[in-house]
Amino acid sequence: MQDLANADCIIIQGSNMAECHPVGYQWVTEARLKGAKVIHIDPRFTRTSATADKHVPIRAGSDVVFLGALINHILANDLYFKEYVVAYTNAATIVGNEFKDTEDLDGLFSGYDEELGNYDPSSWAYATEGEGPDASPGTIGGPAAGHEHGHSKSERSAGDEHGSGGPALEHARVKRDETLQDPHTVFQILKRHYARYTPEMVADVCGVSVDDFHYVARALTENSGRDRTSAFCYAVGWTQHTLGAQFIRTAAIIQLLLGNMGRPGGGIMALRGHASIQGSTDIPTLYNILPGYLAMPMVGNHDTWDDYVAAIANKAQKGFWANADAYAVSLLKAWWGDAATKENNWAYDYLPRLSGAHGTYQTTMAMKDGEVEGYFLLGQNPAVGSAHGRMQRLALAELKWLVVRDLNMIESATFWKDAPEIATGELETEKIGTEVFFLPPASHVEKAGSFTQTQRLLQWRHKAVNPPGDCQSELGFFFELGKRIRERLADSDDPRDRPLLDLTWDYPLNEDGEISGEAVLQEINGRHLSGERAGELADMYTDLKADGSTSSGCWIYSGVYAKGVNRAANRKPGREQSPVAQEWGWAWPDNRRILYNRASADPEGKPWSERKKYVWWDEENQTWTGLDTPDFVKTTAPSYRPEPGTGGPAGLAGDDPFVMMADGKGWLFAPKGMLDGPLPTHYEPQESPVQNPLYRQQSNPARRVFPRKDNLWSPSGTAPGSEVYPFVFTTYRLTEHHTAGGMSRWLPYLAELQPEFFCEVSPELAEERGLVNGGWATIVSARSAIEARVLVTERMTPLVISGRTLHQVGLPYHWGVGKEALVSGDSANDLLGVALDPNVQIQESKAGSCDIQPGRRPEGEALLRLVHEYQSRAGVTVETSNQLKTTEDGT
Amino acid sequence: MDPKRTFLSWPVVRQVRAGDLLARGPAVTSEKTRSLQPRTATADRVVQSVCPYCAVGCGQRVFVKDERVVQIEGDPDSPVSRGRLCPKGSASEQLVNSPGRQTKVLYRRPHGTSWEPLDRETAIDMIVDRFIESRRNGWQDTDEHGRPLRRTMGIASLGGATLDNEENYLIKKLFTAAGAIQIENQARI
Ligand code: SF4
Repeated sequence: MQDLANADCIIIQGSNMAECHPVGYQWVTEARLKGAKVIHIDPRFTRTSATADKHVPIRAGSDVVFLGALINHILANDLYFKEYVVAYTNAATIVGNEFKDTEDLDGLFSGYDEELGNYDPSSWAYATEGEGPDASPGTIGGPAAGHEHGHSKSERSAGDEHGSGGPALEHARVKRDETLQDPHTVFQILKRHYARYTPEMVADVCGVSVDDFHYVARALTENSGRDRTSAFCYAVGWTQHTLGAQFIRTAAIIQLLLGNMGRPGGGIMALRGHASIQGSTDIPTLYNILPGYLAMPMVGNHDTWDDYVAAIANKAQKGFWANADAYAVSLLKAWWGDAATKENNWAYDYLPRLSGAHGTYQTTMAMKDGEVEGYFLLGQNPAVGSAHGRMQRLALAELKWLVVRDLNMIESATFWKDAPEIATGELETEKIGTEVFFLPPASHVEKAGSFTQTQRLLQWRHKAVNPPGDCQSELGFFFELGKRIRERLADSDDPRDRPLLDLTWDYPLNEDGEISGEAVLQEINGRHLSGERAGELADMYTDLKADGSTSSGCWIYSGVYAKGVNRAANRKPGREQSPVAQEWGWAWPDNRRILYNRASADPEGKPWSERKKYVWWDEENQTWTGLDTPDFVKTTAPSYRPEPGTGGPAGLAGDDPFVMMADGKGWLFAPKGMLDGPLPTHYEPQESPVQNPLYRQQSNPARRVFPRKDNLWSPSGTAPGSEVYPFVFTTYRLTEHHTAGGMSRWLPYLAELQPEFFCEVSPELAEERGLVNGGWATIVSARSAIEARVLVTERMTPLVISGRTLHQVGLPYHWGVGKEALVSGDSANDLLGVALDPNVQIQESKAGSCDIQPGRRPEGEALLRLVHEYQSRAGVTVETSNQLKTTEDGT
Repeated sequence: MDPKRTFLSWPVVRQVRAGDLLARGPAVTSEKTRSLQPRTATADRVVQSVCPYCAVGCGQRVFVKDERVVQIEGDPDSPVSRGRLCPKGSASEQLVNSPGRQTKVLYRRPHGTSWEPLDRETAIDMIVDRFIESRRNGWQDTDEHGRPLRRTMGIASLGGATLDNEENYLIKKLFTAAGAIQIENQARI
């Protein structure tokens, strides 16, 4: 974050950083004071726009067209950073000739499986050198590297595994043409793919003028190269789409082409929204991954330990992921200790198996269908904060039991008495059988522990006071729950209870009689279990072994407790150290602050320029050195070339800076790993009043849809009925509130600062619909209708899309209907349906279709009638907008 | 005439003398205000912490007096935040001390119309009972092809992203060992 101050140009897109990450924004301000250009690309004019050099209004969900046009502009005008692109990316790599682009197939890539609605990615694979014993398959990244269909990958949300490295490849003997002229090089494929993404197309699809486009293109390219670097910042404005992962990929392609990755003032800053949301993916409470981005085993793919190890990484691939077996064994040793032996494959069979997608939305639907009995809500308020609030609340009412742990009496705990569905008659308190336990937790100052913030920085919080009353930390609660479950099952001889009984669960207590968080962090860090260093804490993940002699609860965090020192608690004041500030907290991996920083030096190991020097090769001492921990094998000289076929870290050539990628290169084209295509392609959102002008394929053909009566969509594009919901709505956050309001709507200061739900509309839309500033409006989607106060403001710009004016409505989503909060109101998330990105199963909540009318919404049953009346006028059925492939009929 | 109310105590004169031309500073401070000390000055101890809201991770200083949090301020030592906090971080003292905060365990029985008190130990025991039973009810040993699943679909969880790393670790570890796979987090959302 501080490194943003080193940027010469910052593009903020999919984020309102000044309001949502206010204190982080000081580094953007600092860069601007030093002369950097700051550009904000967003549907709304916000405080970020007000403090930027330029605001570019854009239609929500059209970002790939804008960014794709930047790629086209860079390639067509030879503005890319040649030495960087040739040496450090896969631009020169040759792709197998079975590959067909969306330009050839009207919006589909080769390998689309209509039946499953996913891709078989084998035709996207690299071509290989025709030599060597195992080159027979002809491609890598193809079948020989573990043949897994996109469907099963999507089911297990495999995209999340790339939180710390790229997908496995069989080996790294690829064919390259460093002149970039071969038509099958990634470079040439890229050129063809984006050729139709022109400034005129941007004007037509995004509503951005050709002049504005050129302004951004100039600012970005003039501020990239040897001497200058540019950064991108994004937040959930990019992730919460059915094409979300590809939005970010498009930015990654730009940053690689311009040579902005791994360099100071460069990169792509993911602005995550919650104190430890990064930590919650690193040490995931997510269905599909294990700590450190190791896959949860999937039935059929990972039935045996050998299958699993072969699938997570290949010894013949380059880089540090080749050692994933050591990370997996160390995790199993941390969890099952002596019960994890070589003979039982480190207790691999103690791990439950996935058989499909079990994300929070699939679980909600299963709950609503009566398939889930018990549910824990740990500081989360899905009745307000998750997409499709109505479905969430109706699902809670089907549970047998619910445990809510929250500081305040949130709507998800009180749905049985004050959910909006009680007013509509859909629910009745006495008929709801859900048993609810409300348990208050400790606040952040009443327990010690670590958060991982948005820069992968772990920061330890010391405990200030004891929690009041019955309040207890999650650490304490789960330790206790586990202890009692184990006691209860102690005499069981049922094999299914073995994993619980063999679990390592003896944590020491601290002076307050609570489980010691430090002891847990030490377990996460890992230990040497045998050998000379037995009992010592691991120094780093390179200490970890696949032979059972080490343990580590999360390999990427290995080193946070090296030498017995809690480095997350390092607190050398910022003013007493360099701007990189390595002695404040601890960043994974290896306390490194900029990833892939080998790329900050040229292929010979010298800084690209004095101005942007960061990490370099010290010829005299034959080592990498610099301002940060070098992200490279410390003693691998720039000139080093491994024997062909060498795997692991030793397989990295001296100029392979992307040490977690299987070929050591930055991927412009992803031969594997992305489930909806090797290159980002524009598709319209699941629900959009606009027809995709680029292809007949309207929306992402691999997105996850759920055709159900309780999850209807408006017709899209030119389909009849789309005019019934003619406007685009987008949801967002305010500075003064936090997500579903559980930590803000109960606080007098914050509630007073933002007391009421409102919608932002342009003066033109207000005029068209008769909306009055300060009055009420009713907003209707195919799922629900809500009411909000009207804010008529020029911050909303009507856009001209394909020759017609399109209005967007902005909706902050912090309020909920209930009686306990200081402020309440309708919830914007009630308007949303459930359609997901295939890579990571995240919902589309940043673009939907709606109507808006003046006045308050009807109450009681009349509300349902209004929603139904709209649905029938638009001719909505369960199939509407849920067809995955539309290349034939163009609907 | 009150001897203290001399010409020199006339408001305008006070303003000029104190250099407080806008009359917002010492010229208008009351006796009461002058005798006040900031809570930060009288605290018994100061503890370093981190803001629990967004992922910027601003450093906080927590001021404690008589075993109560009396104020939370930005930590100037933090190289990330340099002492600053936004409205949310600045309000976090109320997150700890707000009168609306729940500090007691509550229970709503099936079909019940109101909360009932429950002591924490009993509540945890009841949750253990339900956990074990639902785990068993939703248990799946194998799939339709006889391949091992070894899991339960009876229990699910959704966590916020203000959980500590150590907490997430124990949650994932316990649930996975129990065979519960539907464990999710705000990070998906
Ligand atoms: S003070 Fe504001 S900007 Fe800083 S971490 Fe807290 S919420 Fe984020």
